[in-house]
Amino acid sequence: MATPDREGPFREAAFRDPARASAMSGAIAKAVSALGRSPVTVMHVCGSHEQAIAKYGLRAVLPRELHVIMGPGCPVCVTDAPEVDEGVALALQGAHVATYGDMLRVPGSSLSLADAQAEGARVHLVYSVDQAVGLARRIRGEVVFFATGFETTAVATAAAVSRGVPSNFSILCAHKYIPPAMDVVAGIPGSKVEGFLAAGHAATITGWSVFEPFVARHRLPVVVAGFEPLDILAALLRAVERIRAGSPRVDNVYPRCVTKDGNRRAQEAMWRVFERADGRWRGIGEVPGGSLRLREAFGGLDARRRFAIDATGLPARTPRPDAAQCLCGAIMSGIASPGDCPLYADACTPEHPVGACMVSSEGTCRIWHEYGGHPDLGDIT
Amino acid sequence: MCLGVPGRVVAIEGHTATVDFWGVRRQVLLDIVDEPVSVGDYVLNHVGYAIRRIPDDEIAETLALFEAVLAGQESGDLLADGVRSEIAGTGAGGDGDA
Ligand code: SF4
Repeated sequence: MATPDREGPFREAAFRDPARASAMSGAIAKAVSALGRSPVTVMHVCGSHEQAIAKYGLRAVLPRELHVIMGPGCPVCVTDAPEVDEGVALALQGAHVATYGDMLRVPGSSLSLADAQAEGARVHLVYSVDQAVGLARRIRGEVVFFATGFETTAVATAAAVSRGVPSNFSILCAHKYIPPAMDVVAGIPGSKVEGFLAAGHAATITGWSVFEPFVARHRLPVVVAGFEPLDILAALLRAVERIRAGSPRVDNVYPRCVTKDGNRRAQEAMWRVFERADGRWRGIGEVPGGSLRLREAFGGLDARRRFAIDATGLPARTPRPDAAQCLCGAIMSGIASPGDCPLYADACTPEHPVGACMVSSEGTCRIWHEYGGHPDLGDIT
Repeated sequence: MCLGVPGRVVAIEGHTATVDFWGVRRQVLLDIVDEPVSVGDYVLNHVGYAIRRIPDDEIAETLALFEAVLAGQESGDLLADGVRSEIAGTGAGGDGDA
């Protein structure tokens, strides 16, 4: 294929073009004012979207009437406490537990994996599942990969399994599947969410058609969005227009990565290894069909079968007395924002997090703490 | 954990590509990428795996779509854009979920 001029080394820079961004922001303001009411609430379900929105200060160029909120899009935050307990119990039982960085400090109902590590348990941080497989090849002991994350990470786990893993490798599966959680959040009584942005990388795998049944059920528009400022602004504009026109459907404004049917090869890998199951998401509750578990054919790799995991004997932990005030669940459900939490940036900081939303770099509270979630440049200009 | 990052392939050895992400190089596996990848291609990556080859012409198409989104707002004509985003799909039919 011919290689066109790439406008410098990184084409993605084209999606940060300030002139287009300002045109987009003006168009959003017009569309919202044409709607003539406030607030208009659009929810995204992805930590990477929130990071981009906060990092680029996008809320400062949005009309005040448009509320862009983050739903259950932080994979670390939605990993349920009992799942963390299983990982901690396995580590304390002597297994090497390998997991993604942010999982380390997330509280279980007893210890976190970091606490277990401090007590001498062998907990390893990995960047990819293949590093965990590599670890299992190098050492004699049992290596358990604590597999967390959504479709995109599940696909990686599935690919590693398909390639073949050593006999001392197993999986503690806590993977989650996003579309059913959107159903739960959209169905919360009194929900003000009028439209959704779907995460572009997950949709790269599943394809945009996966959201069509959701649109039909809830009569709410879904716009598939990428992660550059223009991607997000274009998606918001489209969402507001759909709300205004009252014609909900799935729009794909990330066509450079997302197709209707998605990445078939990745889907095949994922559904060969995993199947959907009911399960709990932290802060959200029971999500029918929202968890992934290993299929029967891969049962031999299931850490829950290989080991008698006993989380009942974990040391009792007295939670911080102020933990009861944590609003993580309400924030992930779209009912509250970090500013509503009395502990935010005060008693609860990245150094001393109270809830999972402040622990993870993809949690709403942490992102807002890092970048400021709602820069009010409107007051300055 | 969940960052989907595009980068440019600078070398390929078997199933592994070396990918440049804004100046940082990382090994990325090609097991589940949707189409064959060659040096110079852009790929979307996630936790050590390429999940999509991003074709050059799709960049122009996305930018054109943005123009259409803006124009659609001007004229209030959602229909034309709807058709456009339909075309943005593969049109192969079928359910994305298996
Ligand atoms: S600021 Fe801390 S305590 Fe408050 S909701 Fe966020 S994580 Fe929970």
